[in-house]
Order: sequence, then C-alpha cells, then structure tokens
Amino acid sequence: MNRQPALAHRPLLQRGGEWLRANLFSSVANGVTTLLLLGLLVWLGDRLLTWAVLNAVWGNASVATCNALLGQGACWAVVADKWRQMLFGIYPQAEQWRPAAAVLIFCGMLVLTAMRRFWHLRRLLVLWLGGSLLCAWLMAGGGGLTPVPTALWGGLPITLMLAVFGTLLAFPLGVLLALGRRSSLPIIRAVSISYIELVRGVPLITVLFMASIMFALFLPEGISFDKLLRAQVAIILFNAAYIAEVVRAGLQALPRGQHEAAAALGLGYWQTQLLVILPQALRITIPAQVNSFIDNFKDTSLVIIVSIFDFLYAVRQAVISDLDWRHYFVEGYLFAMAVYWLFCYAMSHYSQWLEKHLARDHRT
Amino acid sequence: MFEQQPIRHGLAALALGITASTALAGPTLDAIKQRGTLVCGVHTGLTGFSAPDKTGKYAGIDVDYCKALAAAILGNPDKVKYVPLTAQQRFTALQSGEIDILSRNTTWNSKRDTTMGSVFPGVWFFDGQAFVINSRKNPKVKKLADLDKASVCVETGTTTERNMADYARAHKLSFKPVVFEGQEATEKAFQSGRCDAYTTDASGIAAMLVNLPSRADYTVLPEIISKEPLAPMLRRNDQEFFAIARWMIFALQQAEESGVTQANVLQMKATSKDPAVQRLTGATAEVGKGLGLDSDWAVRAIQAVGNYGESWERNIKPLGLTRGMNSLWNKGGLMYPMPLD
Repeated sequence: MNRQPALAHRPLLQRGGEWLRANLFSSVANGVTTLLLLGLLVWLGDRLLTWAVLNAVWGNASVATCNALLGQGACWAVVADKWRQMLFGIYPQAEQWRPAAAVLIFCGMLVLTAMRRFWHLRRLLVLWLGGSLLCAWLMAGGGGLTPVPTALWGGLPITLMLAVFGTLLAFPLGVLLALGRRSSLPIIRAVSISYIELVRGVPLITVLFMASIMFALFLPEGISFDKLLRAQVAIILFNAAYIAEVVRAGLQALPRGQHEAAAALGLGYWQTQLLVILPQALRITIPAQVNSFIDNFKDTSLVIIVSIFDFLYAVRQAVISDLDWRHYFVEGYLFAMAVYWLFCYAMSHYSQWLEKHLARDHRT
Repeated sequence: MFEQQPIRHGLAALALGITASTALAGPTLDAIKQRGTLVCGVHTGLTGFSAPDKTGKYAGIDVDYCKALAAAILGNPDKVKYVPLTAQQRFTALQSGEIDILSRNTTWNSKRDTTMGSVFPGVWFFDGQAFVINSRKNPKVKKLADLDKASVCVETGTTTERNMADYARAHKLSFKPVVFEGQEATEKAFQSGRCDAYTTDASGIAAMLVNLPSRADYTVLPEIISKEPLAPMLRRNDQEFFAIARWMIFALQQAEESGVTQANVLQMKATSKDPAVQRLTGATAEVGKGLGLDSDWAVRAIQAVGNYGESWERNIKPLGLTRGMNSLWNKGGLMYPMPLD
C-alpha cells in the first residue's frame, strides 16, 4: 500500500514500464496474448480507418464516385443524400420541419426531466402534457397545419415516441402491478400475478400481432383504431409487466423494519408505500430500470412487423428502395448504429450520474 | 336460398360472429365515395412496385393502379391513402376493412381466391422465380440443370425456398439452400461469393443487378421455375367495386393497345375515329355507366398514370426488366384486355 506514493515520484517512463509488466507481460503466455491481440487490433483498426475514413466518399458525391471506390472505401454520400428519408421516413418532404421540431422538443423534454430542478410533480405534468400535445399537433397537423395521417409517420419520431411513452406510461402500471403482486388481498394478487406471467410468457411480436391484426378482426368493419395507437398501447402493456418485476425486486430488497417503522409512525398503506418504501425501492432499481428502458428503445424496431416504420426500417427503406443507392446499405446501417448508440450511451451515462447523485443524497 | 331460411342465415351470422358483419356491410364503392379517399394497401418498399421515390412519395406500378382507380372514382389521383403492409398483415387488413383494395404484388392462387373471402379482378403483372449466377466464377453454367449440387442463396420466410425444392425434386437435381434473413443480407451474401447462385422473383433479381458496378459478372439463367401472377385483391360481395377494379386493368391495357397515351388522350377522345378508342374514352358507348361511373372515367385514369405500357416504362423498365410475358397479346405477351363494349 505504501508503494503508491513512492511510485508517483519516480519518472513517468519507469512507472509506465512497471505498469506494462504488471498488467500486460506478467508471464510468457500473457505476453504472447498481448502481442497477438495488439497485432489484431492494429490490423483491424487500420482496415477500418482506411475504409471508413481515409478512402471514404464524404459529402454530396454522386453514385458514380462511390461505385468507383466500391469495396475500398465507405460511401457516406448515401447518408448525405438520403438523411431526410432515413430520419423521417415517408413523411411528406415539404412538412419535414414538423417531425424535426417534434424530435427536438421531445429530446428537450427528456433533458429537462433529467434535471433535478424539474423534479416536482406539477412541473413534470405541465412539461409532459404540454410537450406531448405540442408534438402530437406538429406531427398530426390540423389547426393551421396540413393534416398528415399516421400511416405516413416514420423514422426517429416513431422510435422515440414508442420507446419513451412505452416506458413512461408503463411505469405507473408496473409499480401498481408490483405492489399488487405483494398485496395481502388475494384477488388483487392473483390478477397481478396472472397479468405479469401471461405477458412475460409471450414475445413482444405476438403482442404486436394481437394488437394490430387480431384486434382488427374483432371490430366491426369500418371501425378501426389507429394502427400506431394500437401498437403503442401494446408496447405499454408489455413493458408494464417487465417494469413490475424490476420494481418488485426493489421492494423485496427492503428490510421488513422499514414497513414496521412506517406502521409504528401510524402511516397507512399508501402513505407507507409512497413516502417510505417506493422511494427506496425505486432508487436501488435504477440500473435495472435503465436497462429495461434501453431494451424498450431497441425493441421498438420490431414494430415493422405490423408495418410501422421505425427509425431502423426508415433507414433500410431509404437506401434499398432507391435504385441508385441500394448497394450501400452497410453505410446506412452504420449511420443507424451511430444514432442508436448516441441515445443508448446518453441513457446509460445519465443512469450512472443518477445513481451517484442519489447515493450522495442518501449519505447526507 | 338464403331468403327461404332466415333462421339458418341468422344462426350462421351468429356463429361467424364479427366476420359475418363484415360480409353484410355496405358496398366498398359507397364508402369510398362518402369518404372521398381510396384506401389502398401497398408494399412497404419494393422498388418498381411500391416504394418511396426520391421525394419520399409512394411510386411504382402497384401505386399507379391505385391512382388510376382514385382518378376514375373520385376524379383525383391524389385522393389515395396508402397503407403500407407487410406480407403477414396484408390479408387481415383487407378482411377487416382497414383498406379498400390490396395492390401489393400478391400472387393469385386458388386458395386466396376461394377460401379467404377475397377475389382477384385480373393480373397486373406476371412475375416468376428466376436464378442468377456469377458467370465469372461459374463460366460453365448456362442453364439450371448445370447448377446441380450448387449452393443457392435464398431469403427466409418466402415461398422461394419451397419452389426451389419442388423444382429440384421434379427435375432430379439437388440444390444446397443457404438461407438468409432479409433481402439485402441475401444479396450481399451472394455478391460476396457465399453461394453459387441466388434465387428470387425475376423482378427482384433485376432490381439487384441494375446499377451494380460488377453487373458484367452476373448472368440470369433462362428458366423461370414458378408462376407468380401478381394481382390486386378485393373483398367478396362487392360487385360494383369489383367491376371497376377489373375493367380498370383492361382499360389501361386497351389504351396501350389503341395507342392512347397520357399526352394524347384528350385529343384522341375528340378526334379518333377508331371505335375501340371511342368506347374507351367514352365518346360513344357508355362503358362508364355500366360501372356506375361517368363516361370520362378511363380518360381521367389515363391522364393520371398513362396507359399500362407507360406505367411499365416509368416504373419497371428502370429495373432493367424486359416486357416478356407482360407485353400485350398482339406483341407476344399475355396481357389480353377484354373488349370494352
């Protein structure tokens, strides 16, 4: 332990050498592994760099320029040319400022919600009700804007909407189900358990199929709920079951003493849950909750099975249906990957901050 | 028969539940007119048939058919609401009344025509399954029989794999299917040399080959191993709408046969002495009246999308396909418009 300060005083080169020996070359086998992996890394990195950056076609280049370099360099020109269709699908092009604005407002709402200053029930309610209505108006039109039917919605707004509302609205339902599963009232417990086990027992695709295809057959002809709405409700109901189990894990982690202390203070059931139990249970489940949110975010790409154009499909469709660009879908998919990574990384980073932040709270 | 047995009819309706109410609902044509839009089920993205063009609007030969119908019925080719549908969803969307017509490269076969509460007004496009090979890698392969024991890339979840197995069994050949998920993955695998051949519909192969930098390396084999007559699809018990859908196909093909085009249709209507043209454009016979439309119905459709040949040139020719079976009957093809009279 007292090596550390001594180490810090020695020259940098010597320290580096020691670190290398300790971590990478501690034995012959380790040394060989290190060299092999290093070689592989350099070889792969070099190829990737050459393909994706050095030999790549950037900016608004023509297809012919890309064709000349096929196989040697990436053709980012496909993204430069088709990015609007990739982000917004078949939404009418003259109106695409509307989904763009909706995405920005939506991201703004998420950022504001993430900030501590906004953690008041009334502020959050005003923010989400106002923001959601504004986004809905921008997307759907009416009241001065050209109406755009939901069949034409697509791309990033759809992915964000399905994921965020799919989690946000599933959350209260999930908490209720978790409480219900641990309730002492037998009927409530039975209903909660059956719901959770039933939904967890089927894949999301099945639920989407039910919502989109079977449901339509049970309705009289001419009466049809919006397909997007049906999928959104299906996703909410599906996610609720998973969130319920995450929350239940948190509830079970709390010692009995918390319940007893609350009871000793004379708190009723709801007061106990809302003031004592849930705040602690939800805090310890933050990693699992963010995990399921990231899951939901990526699961939304399944909605293409019921012909809703999420972001991933919009990218695919933009590239593959264009006879000029259809051989450059790898670049399109890499673009989609970058966008997905951006969102998922931001989420996981925020969850780490949140955990630290709340843990600090806890100590003081 | 049914009128004499109201009780049995009622019981049947009860037994069928909601499905029965579908069958008893009013005609689609009235609903379309009342709504002011035609709701048309299309493919989510198949170049040449229905896919977003550079401006993000649906275009293709299947889309043109919807536009022609909207022009004839509602007087405006833009009054179409397109509902993009996956293969799994298309029939339910039609049965449940979510769409008025399915114009989504759907193969006309007996099962779909008899057991699904639907009907096909006529063939809009003749397709068929073909094979493409890398002729630089396999210079000796000239016909399908030369591909014996070869590996063939196919897309999963389609009938192509079954068709290939059927053909192999019938011709005592053996193919090694290499299955991939999704069209682009299958194409990429074939192009990178994973299989000796790639099989899918001829139109799909054409779409892959057009603009491919290494186009010269590939050869499409002459055999077509399956019949894929692609047709629009409607609900049963809708005679008026069925007649319009059927005669729209014939009218656009008749227009090509008679040389009536998007550009000259008004002039032809005014000046042509050809009786076929006069009946088509409504100058003499009242074809439109029999359909419950006005006499200009076909003129508006041709103004909107051109004749069948023009729609083909605009949508399918860029794929590099030749007309072949889709030529008119008097040019060696299978397209035979019944006489408008």
